[in-house]
Amino acid sequence: MDIPYTVEARRDTGLTNGKIGIWLFLASEVMLFGALFASYILIRTGAPSWPRGDTILNVPLATFNTIVLILSSVTMVMAWASLMRRRFETYRIYMGATILLGFVFLVVKYFEYSAKFEHHLYPSTNNFLAIYFTLTGLHMLHVAGGMAVNAYFWGPGAKLWKTNPEWFTNRVEHSGLFWHFVDLVWIFLFPTLYLL
Amino acid sequence: MASMTSDHAADIDRHVRIYITVFVALMVLTVVTVAVSRLHLSVPVAVTVALLVATIKGSLVACYFMHLISEKKLIYAVLVVTVAFFVALMALPVLTTSNGYWIHEPPSDVQRAPATSPHQ
Amino acid sequence: MSETAAVAAPKPHAAHEAHHEELGFWRKYVFSTDHKVIGIQYGITGLLFLLFGFSLMMLMRWQLAYPGAALPLLGSLFGEARMPGGSMLPEFYNELGAMHGTIMVFLGVVPVAVGGFGNFVLPLQIGAPDMAFPKLNMASYWFFFLGGVTMLASFLVPGGAAQSGWTSYAPLSVLAGTGQSWWLVGMIFLITSSLLGAINFIATTIQLRAKGLTFMRFPFFVWAQFVTAFLLLLAFPPLEAAGVMQLMDRVAGTSFFLPTGLVVSGQVLTAAGGGNPLLWQHLFWFLAHPEVYVLILPAMGIVAEIIANNTRKPLWGYRSMVYSLVFLGFMSFIVWAHHMFMTGMGTEMAAFFQTTTMIISIPSVVILTSLVISLWGGSIRFNTPMLFALGFLPMFGIGGLTGLPLGFNIADIPLHDTYYVIAHFHYVVAPGTIFALFAGIYYWYPKATGRKMSETLGKIHFAGSFVCMNVVFMPMFIVGLAGVSRRLFDGGASYDFAQPVLQWNVVSSWGAWMLGVFQIPFIFNFFWSIWKGEKTDQNPWQATTIEWAAPSPPPHGNFLTVPEAHRGPYEYSVPGAAKNFVAQHEA
Repeated sequence: MDIPYTVEARRDTGLTNGKIGIWLFLASEVMLFGALFASYILIRTGAPSWPRGDTILNVPLATFNTIVLILSSVTMVMAWASLMRRRFETYRIYMGATILLGFVFLVVKYFEYSAKFEHHLYPSTNNFLAIYFTLTGLHMLHVAGGMAVNAYFWGPGAKLWKTNPEWFTNRVEHSGLFWHFVDLVWIFLFPTLYLL
Repeated sequence: MASMTSDHAADIDRHVRIYITVFVALMVLTVVTVAVSRLHLSVPVAVTVALLVATIKGSLVACYFMHLISEKKLIYAVLVVTVAFFVALMALPVLTTSNGYWIHEPPSDVQRAPATSPHQ
Repeated sequence: MSETAAVAAPKPHAAHEAHHEELGFWRKYVFSTDHKVIGIQYGITGLLFLLFGFSLMMLMRWQLAYPGAALPLLGSLFGEARMPGGSMLPEFYNELGAMHGTIMVFLGVVPVAVGGFGNFVLPLQIGAPDMAFPKLNMASYWFFFLGGVTMLASFLVPGGAAQSGWTSYAPLSVLAGTGQSWWLVGMIFLITSSLLGAINFIATTIQLRAKGLTFMRFPFFVWAQFVTAFLLLLAFPPLEAAGVMQLMDRVAGTSFFLPTGLVVSGQVLTAAGGGNPLLWQHLFWFLAHPEVYVLILPAMGIVAEIIANNTRKPLWGYRSMVYSLVFLGFMSFIVWAHHMFMTGMGTEMAAFFQTTTMIISIPSVVILTSLVISLWGGSIRFNTPMLFALGFLPMFGIGGLTGLPLGFNIADIPLHDTYYVIAHFHYVVAPGTIFALFAGIYYWYPKATGRKMSETLGKIHFAGSFVCMNVVFMPMFIVGLAGVSRRLFDGGASYDFAQPVLQWNVVSSWGAWMLGVFQIPFIFNFFWSIWKGEKTDQNPWQATTIEWAAPSPPPHGNFLTVPEAHRGPYEYSVPGAAKNFVAQHEA
């Protein structure tokens, strides 16, 4: 039994099932990160004092990471565009670059966290660090998850290109939407935690 | 979105040019936001500027990388509702906990207590 | 679609579907991606949890009726750590209370109402072959199952299960024993399950509805599940975030919810402090208020279907009901702090939340009133589903009306956290939603099994349950108005002011135990009818909605020919029509 509108869009909504599915998922993610931002607001406005982000956190490293993630968003959308142009090898290059850049982001975060722990700065030390580690930690898990899905579509999942190129292109697009969202969250996270 | 006829190739080329432009804009805005933070503006101003820049950057990612600018009405509807609840979640807890004194000064006969007042 | 089509063998599938014929037992009945199997899995698992959660409460009611008394026979089963000499310890009472609430809401009602009925009926009612994402659907059931196992396992850890109320307020919950961490992990599994399910329901409803099935031709049940899915999608994530934060407070030493200078048992807590217990309350109630609409909306959907069918009339005010439903869903996100009136908020914010709370009562009233008016002039058939649906109406009325004083911050002062609150919300959920769930089970049982449940046993189940529900919960209004707080392990016995009302605790307890007895005919009926129930054709209730076009039970893929909607969902007693109903899909 085939589920309709998996690959071709439904006429009156103009959408495929996967497209609406991924946007619904992203809506729930907005609320998930939203709760953490709301917690940040509540805790910070209630605190007698609150350190400036740049007095505790490494701004140059995080700026670098911001650039890395934005670049990875470009390579991600270029990966999808390559599929739309039916250039599979170019897709592989761009998707590979996206995964690599994600890996760079994680490596930088590893150094950031290690440096904190070396200076005995833990989530339990104070609420600034608690919310910092929680927000960036959750974000990091999303980066890792996105990388895993991207790696699947770079590797074993790419088989689908041969049998159903339209479906494969759609799935890469949906994965890309998740990846862009992860970038978008960082775009807000970075100034909030590091610069304010 | 998934059809791949040849007249889409010109479309994609146009999209690619937009992606590069947006990337440059995002880089510039990243530099701007870091530079502004160096000015050590007062907290309310710094927050406003930072959020403004972030919103512009985020909108660029959403509109062009995520193709929101040409998305279907249903998706917009879902997102508008989500944003409404997101705003409620941002604003209502802090307004409620601070007794509203975050938006106006308390009456003169009320001692201003910290926002976590019942517990301190 | 002729009657005989129902009993014809399913047509041979196309070649690429042939593998479905060869699915083994495990892929067919355990790890199935078929929405009907998944719906039944949710339904049965949910019903078992309802029974378990109910049993926890029956145990609590012994302590409330006879505080400190040893429970004969069963008392020794719980060991010296929980019921030394058969007499319940306060910690155990708290365990039972917290887990009763958690299990009934998250493992019982929602899985049956949404996971069970939503999964089984929704695709059939919109003429779809399955859900949009069948594998995701299966994953969502197994996350629910994992969450359930985690919650059950938590009873066995040192210190027992969670015992800080189903609301897990900080700082008590942060300082509680290991069971609380298990609760948090269990909740994360359950929330994941709900999120995946919500995505599926919304995508399916929008994308897979049959040709001709516009939104304003949806059966009210479909609208109810659709709005409910949005509530789950957008309200649950903040609780998931909060759950992670509480877990971090408990195991990583953070102080999200721990204020500075907290003193526990005479010792100042060595934590960073600076946290805010109210933050937990905000994030919890941001979910938990929409959650109560998750509990009631599917019930309204079920009742609406059954009333239209058994009055042989269209629903009165369908359009208003739909707009009310959507408006209710939206408003449900901005009323939550009416659960927090006593936390010291200023008058402006109290006014805001009182206003939104009063406004949200309007759509509820519109829906209930429309359902009642729908009865006027109907040819009412008093079968078991209809009896439960009719019973729902006044019970939900009482539950809803008694909520109004709680929505005013001043009236809430004497009422909050008393038995009045317990009575209010149980009226909506127990003789409210659960009656609707019973109605739905009796109603859709023939679709799932091809047989009807026994009417006689059903009527006994109804009559006994209706009386006993009121015996249990009506006295609680009296007890609450007298000022007896909830969650007291002796039901108020140690307070002078409570003495005049204590006898009502005994009444409620006997009502609860009798309520348990009256579930026996239902449980027996449920299983016995699978083999011995009266066999039916595909549309035993002469209903109009599309699910009745499928065979009973429907095959994989649901329909023998793809249905198309040609009219509204409730074309009953159409003047000039051959029968007293015209099915939605009939050409």
